[in-house]
Amino acid sequence: MEALTNRAKQVERKPMSLLERAYLPAIFKGMAITFGHMFKKRPTINYPEVTRPFSPVFRGLHILNRDEQGRENCTACGLCAVACPAEAITMEAAERKEGEENLYREEKYAAKYEINMLRCIFCGLCEEACPKDAIYLSETFAPANFQRKGFIYGKEDLLIPNPVTEPEAYAKAKGGRVQVK
Amino acid sequence: MLLSIGLALIVEKLVLIVVVVMSSLVIAMYATFAERKVAAIMQDRRGPNRAGPFGLLQPVADGLKLFFKEEIIPNLSSKFLFILGPCLAMLTAMMTGAVIPWGDKVHFFDRDIPLQIADINIGILYVFGVVSMGVYGIMIGSWASNNKFSLMGGLRAASQIISYELAMGIALIALLMTSGTLSLKEIVQQQQLHWYSWNIVKQPLGFLIFLICAFAECNRTPFDLPEAENELIGGYHTEYSSMKLGFFLFAEYINMFLSSAVMVSLFFGGYDIPFVNDASLAEKIGVNWIALIHTALFFVKAACFLFLFMWVRWTIPRFRYDQLMNLGWKILLPLALFNMLATGAFILFHQNNWHF
Repeated sequence: MEALTNRAKQVERKPMSLLERAYLPAIFKGMAITFGHMFKKRPTINYPEVTRPFSPVFRGLHILNRDEQGRENCTACGLCAVACPAEAITMEAAERKEGEENLYREEKYAAKYEINMLRCIFCGLCEEACPKDAIYLSETFAPANFQRKGFIYGKEDLLIPNPVTEPEAYAKAKGGRVQVK
Repeated sequence: MLLSIGLALIVEKLVLIVVVVMSSLVIAMYATFAERKVAAIMQDRRGPNRAGPFGLLQPVADGLKLFFKEEIIPNLSSKFLFILGPCLAMLTAMMTGAVIPWGDKVHFFDRDIPLQIADINIGILYVFGVVSMGVYGIMIGSWASNNKFSLMGGLRAASQIISYELAMGIALIALLMTSGTLSLKEIVQQQQLHWYSWNIVKQPLGFLIFLICAFAECNRTPFDLPEAENELIGGYHTEYSSMKLGFFLFAEYINMFLSSAVMVSLFFGGYDIPFVNDASLAEKIGVNWIALIHTALFFVKAACFLFLFMWVRWTIPRFRYDQLMNLGWKILLPLALFNMLATGAFILFHQNNWHF
């Protein structure tokens, strides 16, 4: 049969020579290899202290956005909940009262907004569905927790800090990621 | 005079015993840590680095964990022997340290205190006797577990240690023929004359055989068949838990350290400082300082051997059982015999001034 490639090698089945049967040269060779590995660069990083940079398109924990005046963008239209393939998002809408114009951008807002991080698959469809620029996936991911209910993130966990009252926390939460349009 | 044992002597020996036992325990503790670190470094990992600075408290954490674990004694085990096994393993492991000369002597309170618990004239024979008793711990523990896999591990340990002890003993005979004494102290002192009077120069083949057999005696890879976890679950300590398991594992590391110490004393000049005339240096800086240097150097040499043990463990895969037996009986034993005869012939011709 004609060989398809020229890479095939005949396996040698000769009995071992005396030097090979002494094993020691082979053992020394192996030990040299393991010794050499002591000076190799380690691919592991000390995780909690050092983190690897995420790619700009990384989809992590959600944040609920505010506008420049610190008003919540979300109008509780429910499009994100509809778009969510894992049905992780629930919300309750409420009407903005007099005097709450500095809190909510439009007349309707989300009184309750919950995402179950155990159900969420971080696909980003909520982000795409949102017409109000209100929900984004950030660069962090959900930390470990001891209880299931700890993974249900409410509005207080999701809302981005107010850019007017806490500009530093806002900048930190916004992150330095490249805006992909 | 021989039987006049003073109180000072008892105190001095007690202190020495406590120090030796404690230090070998601590060294065994940190040997487990070093093992994990060496393994990690050789596999391009980082190893334990969470407990304390650089993970230095890791062995303490491991020990605490073992203490707090539930102690399980199997229902159908032979309870007394089940407990005796690990105790015996630990006891025999610790006993070897008694005859090893850790240093020359220190001078305190107008007394010359030799840094050796007992300078008995059959030192190395004592080591052999105690080491062969070590297998009883494994045997008794494994049999008392009433578990097939444990028993198999114990049988493997017994036959392996018996097979390799033979070659080890014969390799040692060649060494003893050149030194003419069984006392470890004298063997070390003989090696102090020149750098080339280390026994490794005189007995390279003997050292190689002794080293391989020491690996087998300590049940270390590539000879760790008694605890071959892919064949025998946990080997002889399958049924053990909590600190009794800890004792078995600990005994292995103490054995490793003490066999390193024995090898250093026998072949690498013990506490001798290479390329330095120890006697004249002792006059210059005083007996106590030289003892400190000697002891430190001894531990450095032993640590090198410990590293070798670990290095080999993370390089070489385990032997198959028939390969183990072939190596022991068909290669090492004849080689050791040849070494003994060659050494004997050499000594004989040397004494005859090379006349036949």
